[in-house]
Amino acid sequence: MIKGNFIDNLPKVYGIYTGGFLAFIIIMAIGEQMGMTSKTIGICFVAFTVAIYAIIGYLSRTAQADAYYVAGRQVPTVFNGMATAADWMSGASFVAMAGGIYFKGYGYMALLVGWTGGYVLVASLLAPYLRKFGCYTVPDFIGTRYGGNLTRFLAVVVLTVASFTYVTAQINATGTIASVALDIPFQYAVYVGLVSILLCSMLGGMRGVTWTQVAQYIVLIIAYLLPVFWISNKMGAGFFPHFMLADEVARIGELEQQFGFVKNSAADLANVPKGLAGITKAHSAVNATPWAFISLALAMMMGTASLPHVMMRYFTTPSVKAARKSVGWSLFFIFLLYSSAPMLATLSKLSLIDPTLSTGIIGKSIADVQAIDWYQNWNQANLMFVSDFNGNGTLELNEFFMGGKAVVLATPEIAGLPYVISGLVAAGGMAAAMSTADGLILAIANAISHDVYYKIIDPKAETAKRLVVARVLLVVIGFAGATIAAMEIQGILGSVIWAFDFAMSGLFFPLVLGVWWKRANREGAIAGMALGLISGMGYLIWVRNGGSGFLGITQLTFGIFGSAVSLVSMVVVSLITSEPSAATQRMVDEVRVPSGRSIIGKQ
Amino acid sequence: MSKQQQHWEKTRGLLMMTLAIWFVFSIGIFLFGAEMNEVGGPFGYPLTYWFTCQGSLGIFVILIFWFANRQEKIDEEFGFSERGDD
Repeated sequence: MIKGNFIDNLPKVYGIYTGGFLAFIIIMAIGEQMGMTSKTIGICFVAFTVAIYAIIGYLSRTAQADAYYVAGRQVPTVFNGMATAADWMSGASFVAMAGGIYFKGYGYMALLVGWTGGYVLVASLLAPYLRKFGCYTVPDFIGTRYGGNLTRFLAVVVLTVASFTYVTAQINATGTIASVALDIPFQYAVYVGLVSILLCSMLGGMRGVTWTQVAQYIVLIIAYLLPVFWISNKMGAGFFPHFMLADEVARIGELEQQFGFVKNSAADLANVPKGLAGITKAHSAVNATPWAFISLALAMMMGTASLPHVMMRYFTTPSVKAARKSVGWSLFFIFLLYSSAPMLATLSKLSLIDPTLSTGIIGKSIADVQAIDWYQNWNQANLMFVSDFNGNGTLELNEFFMGGKAVVLATPEIAGLPYVISGLVAAGGMAAAMSTADGLILAIANAISHDVYYKIIDPKAETAKRLVVARVLLVVIGFAGATIAAMEIQGILGSVIWAFDFAMSGLFFPLVLGVWWKRANREGAIAGMALGLISGMGYLIWVRNGGSGFLGITQLTFGIFGSAVSLVSMVVVSLITSEPSAATQRMVDEVRVPSGRSIIGKQ
Repeated sequence: MSKQQQHWEKTRGLLMMTLAIWFVFSIGIFLFGAEMNEVGGPFGYPLTYWFTCQGSLGIFVILIFWFANRQEKIDEEFGFSERGDD
């Protein structure tokens, strides 16, 4: 069926794969009609998709450094776009984003703007230049541009702090989904998730991760869009929700007016299970100050441009030109999901709170709501709760509580979609969390194996030995992440946002100025990375321990402070020390020109 | 001025233009979020709400492709574009 070069056959290969996946969904739907239990369907979805990723991971095995670190630099733009989108959209984007919009409205939607706007910075400031550089890792660029082992080492430190914060959240998410779908305790499910993640990346490195991420993107985007369109059509809200939900958004506004946002007393709230929230903020009205919105968006944008697991995806394209285009494709594929999340939040909220809809529960008697099947299921899963605070026997808006994950996980069931959709959503969430975890673990392991082991400790190491070290590190870092994830310290989304702030504190300006300011030198870069990271981290610890903060910078936006310190210290220290050598300045000139050989390949 | 300097000058000009557009749709308009939301936007959504759901996001996608094309033209003009296609 498939002849010739794998790369030339990519559209065909993934076309067949997509068709096969759709056929699998139909088979499951038929199975459901014939009496397959929901538990079996859940297990089939997760097991089948993970098995496919493992096969792709195995087929991509390699013994070459170029293939292991940068997928042989031959990934076509569109496919790299899909892989980046999967790399980027984490379990949090998939499972928690619609929930965040549902509960917090406008203030939360700064994340949508931030997590997309950052790609403009990636495309214009960094990706094409780092691709021209020809490095294997982000610290490789810092180390070569500024010179010296200390710069390289500091870049590895920042990368590790940021990525490790992020990866525990992802392993946590794979564990949550695996534990629900496979019905096993969370502490074990975390390790099941980890093994699935390592199966994709261990043998093939970046090559394996690239081709599994493309496969994971296809699963996650189908799993996200299919329910949104289905629910919208079923509710009669419009066949293309993105363009047709204006009436529904307005209707939610009316209902908010009608019900009002009643504040619950602390004593009442004490009865609500931890992690659940009620609807307390307007859906489409502006409910945050301009600075609260802008500072969060800005932190996420600069963080996006500094996160190494995203940047290294653009090292895999065949050319500088392709790297630029590929950023555009990445954002397009991300846009497909992000623009659907607010629609899902709207549909979910309206179907629950509108008393004129058959699915609406507000205004019904508490006893009736407690008798609904899906309410009982999700109440048992600790994601839904009602309580008659005012004792009038009727459910009010302020008496209904839900977990953020329930918006994605429970809405299909509430809207009366078959269970097969819930199985599909579980597979999508698993794909989203796995693909991001793979990218992150690989980024850390590659930086330590390439930059610390090969470049600093043993520059004469043979390729075979380097790749063994890289793989051992992959497993060690994965297990460390899983162990911390199993302890469940910080909620899924909190740690994701911290990763962006850490990355921007230490890396944004050293990366950008490395290309755009020739005068930036080694001393400046060292000061920028070290002081940026330390001050950002210090600010976080201060605010976490009751510090009041300043300029409205919160524990979610501390990167703004860290990166400001980084910029100032980098510029000041660069200017008071001597300018970089003539050779370094020539190197910067060459990076700025797309044609010609890469910098590192030359040496 | 050498060919390389001219090329960099133009590249920097394009960067400034790209960042200016980026700034308007990621930061600028949200300074007036509350006022703008009183106005009706595309498809009947409130305007600020529409920008956060779709508008700004879509503009960023288009902006990156536009930037990539413009940069390619600049590279070609100075003979710095790479051979071979993507």
